[in-house]
Amino acid sequence: MNATAPKRGLPPWLERYLILLVALGLYLVLRWLYAVGAVSAYWQRVLDQGLIMALGSLGLSLIYGFTGQFSIGHAGFYAIGAYVAGYLGRTYGHGNPGWFLLSLLAGALATAVVAFLIGLPILRLRSDYLGIATMGFGIIVKVLLDNADRVIPVLGGARGMLGTPQIANLTWIFWSLIIVLFLFRNLVCSAFGRACLAIREDEIAADAMGVNTTFYKTVAFVLGCAAVGLAGGLYAHRYPLLHPSSFDFLKSFDFLLIVVVGGLGSLSGTLAAAVGWVFLLEGLRSILGQAFLDFRGVVYALLLIVVVILRPQGLFSGRELGILVPRSLQSGWLRSGVGQAKPGGERAGGSA
Amino acid sequence: MALLEIRGLTKFFGGLRAVHNFTVSIEKGELVGLIGPNGAGKTTVFNMITGMLPPTSGSIVFEGRSLVGMPPYRILQAGIARTFQNIRLFGGTTVLNNVLTPLGYRIGYNLLDAAAQTPRYLQREDEARAYARELLETLGLGGRAEDLARNLPYGLQRRLEIARALASRPRLLLLDEPAAGMNPAEVAAMVELIRYIREKFDLTVFLIEHQMGMVMNLCPRILVMDFGEIIAEGSPAEIQSNERVLEAYLGRRGYAAAG
Amino acid sequence: MIYFFEQFVNGIQLGFVYALIALGYTMVYGIIRLINFAHGDVFMVGAYLGFFGFARWHLPYPVAILVSMVACAALGVTIERVAYRPLRYAPRIAALISAIGVSFFLEYFCSLKFVFTPNYQVVPRALPLKNYSLGGVNIPNVTIIIVVVVLAMLALLQYIIYHTRIGKAMRAVSFDHDAARLMGINVDRTISITFAIGSALAAAGGVLYITAYPQVFPFMGILPGLKAFTAAVLGGIGIVPGAVLGALIMGQVDVMSAAYISSQLRDAIAFSILILVLLVRPTGLLGKRGPEKV
Repeated sequence: MNATAPKRGLPPWLERYLILLVALGLYLVLRWLYAVGAVSAYWQRVLDQGLIMALGSLGLSLIYGFTGQFSIGHAGFYAIGAYVAGYLGRTYGHGNPGWFLLSLLAGALATAVVAFLIGLPILRLRSDYLGIATMGFGIIVKVLLDNADRVIPVLGGARGMLGTPQIANLTWIFWSLIIVLFLFRNLVCSAFGRACLAIREDEIAADAMGVNTTFYKTVAFVLGCAAVGLAGGLYAHRYPLLHPSSFDFLKSFDFLLIVVVGGLGSLSGTLAAAVGWVFLLEGLRSILGQAFLDFRGVVYALLLIVVVILRPQGLFSGRELGILVPRSLQSGWLRSGVGQAKPGGERAGGSA
Repeated sequence: MALLEIRGLTKFFGGLRAVHNFTVSIEKGELVGLIGPNGAGKTTVFNMITGMLPPTSGSIVFEGRSLVGMPPYRILQAGIARTFQNIRLFGGTTVLNNVLTPLGYRIGYNLLDAAAQTPRYLQREDEARAYARELLETLGLGGRAEDLARNLPYGLQRRLEIARALASRPRLLLLDEPAAGMNPAEVAAMVELIRYIREKFDLTVFLIEHQMGMVMNLCPRILVMDFGEIIAEGSPAEIQSNERVLEAYLGRRGYAAAG
Repeated sequence: MIYFFEQFVNGIQLGFVYALIALGYTMVYGIIRLINFAHGDVFMVGAYLGFFGFARWHLPYPVAILVSMVACAALGVTIERVAYRPLRYAPRIAALISAIGVSFFLEYFCSLKFVFTPNYQVVPRALPLKNYSLGGVNIPNVTIIIVVVVLAMLALLQYIIYHTRIGKAMRAVSFDHDAARLMGINVDRTISITFAIGSALAAAGGVLYITAYPQVFPFMGILPGLKAFTAAVLGGIGIVPGAVLGALIMGQVDVMSAAYISSQLRDAIAFSILILVLLVRPTGLLGKRGPEKV
């Protein structure tokens, strides 16, 4: 093997953490912009929503984009995280940041547990049947939430739940996203990610190549659902009213759209699509006004159909931002530049 | 003790008898060929050995352990790897990733290590990548490591299938029609490759093939199947002059017509 | 006891309507292995067209049904041509995603103000109401009409599938596209016809549905569609008699769970059944299992 000089001039250890540094820089810029009043409360909320959706979509990206498990009940898990964290925050938290963190973790954990229990039987199913089963699950969750007030009155049922302390701000949301992104990036670029990709590409061959498919499918599913459960907890503490209608099939569809359009097997693509999607919608809403709301569903649907026919793998399929998945990942973490030197700039060939 | 000991292996699909009483002993280091007309049950035998299909009856013992009832991934981990008749690569990911995948179970770090990027993860991941790259170089795929597997030309895809099977350092390699769809020059190259890897990696090889020239040339011992049963076993010379074999391939009348 | 039998009759009525929808799912799945998510929305369009037919355009009831069937047959064929055919040999998920897209499109498009509007609308009586009594059990004429019409359509379908050339072509294509093509069958046309028939049946189901339950709204197809799909899976997806059997069972389950358990939970119960069937016996009551060839 020929060792050539590192392409970028950055030592590999720095490349690994580059994403965190860039995130920090971005965060500081945003805080400064907020501090000087350059961003209205409205757009702050839009950004928060975008970041929350991004976190949730990363979960589905792991489950579907990387591991190929067609799960379209993601909103059900979003709801579980939201209601568990929201309920705890409302009943015990009273705005205390420590409690808030605990509620978030409890929400994510509850979601993970449910995902594990649901996953055990249904992950065996073939892709189209898995889709149906997860969709059914999502609908069952919504129906149960609509009737939840009969068991726990404070959950509000079809009237919605009020009173969750609204303490999720940019800091909480941004860093939750970045931490999960970092963890997912690390997992995806390791043997775990390769196992998931193998399962996505050909589950039978993966099995024959030593991959314990049940284990990896379950882990991917649980982690992905935990991520959206965390997103749900953040959502509950950012929006004063939690209503079951926010967690219907249209919401699952949102997540699916983001992952499909952004690109299967691309964390960067999912991020870009999530944030871009939310901003695009808000932009259209402010231009078109009421008309927009009516046409929203039609536009979503057409977009999905067009993308899936013309570019079924999505926009950034398999490709990642060099910042997120740097060069040293391909050659080795400790030695960079080992192996075939590639002309031109960064070309991180996906989750290597 | 033989490396692979199969006794009375039988598979029924409902009323259809696909494999019947398949019995063979393969010693360490052997290179055994399995031939027979289409539909004879050859791939079904491979599928049973590798755990993809449960046998209806019979036993499969590898290095003293029974394989029956083991899931495929455990069989790979026990030391048996295979290639597929219709190439089943992980097309949407890189060549390097294809070869890295079978290393996963013995890579030496766990999920937490990976998530936290511990020194153990960094070290083992590097070693795995280095090993995988070396393997690719050995098989002439070194320059293609970052290409998507589905973009490789057919011949290289077949080679990648073999590289992937070798990655887990198996002791027994099952090749299912490795030369399918190849022209004579490519077949000759494949024969060389098989000889080379058998020696270099100290492998025992069991292969299914339709290309007669290749099998006769390559395998000192050949089994012939027809309608699910072994109808002959022996050296290439013995097989070529075996009446039942000729009948199976040419048909009764064809054999008679051939004189 | 009377109550039970009256619910049972309700269940029969609903079950037969579900059967018409379920047949479309099962035929399409049988021929191109696609779960046509949009099928429930074709049902919805059929219901609206029937509603316009006898309530706004004052067509005689049978004519309204026919108009709806023909129009929806065209709709089904168009959907197949535009959204599914390009993906016919793509990974299965792609077509499924496209189907979800079409479903959403139909729902939201029909919600637009210049189309059907998003509101619930009440459907005036299509037929004068008349009740019959059998052993003290009340049976409305609507129920009888539904049963008769559906049985007639089932008989017609049976005839088409087993005694016509197009039916034979449909069965051949369900088995193997390439082999059918080699036998000189125009696979594209056969698939289009399958969609046409399935959509026409769904449309008829839609009109019958609103005759019994006189309300329309753009999202009305979701739940009946999913329940009919459950019925198709329950009976054995791809198997025509299975769709009818499953639908009759689902009809009873739907009605009985609303009557005896909770009308709010009826949908959750229906989906739980779906998930259970998928887990326990995915090939359905009348289906056979088949392993994947390696």
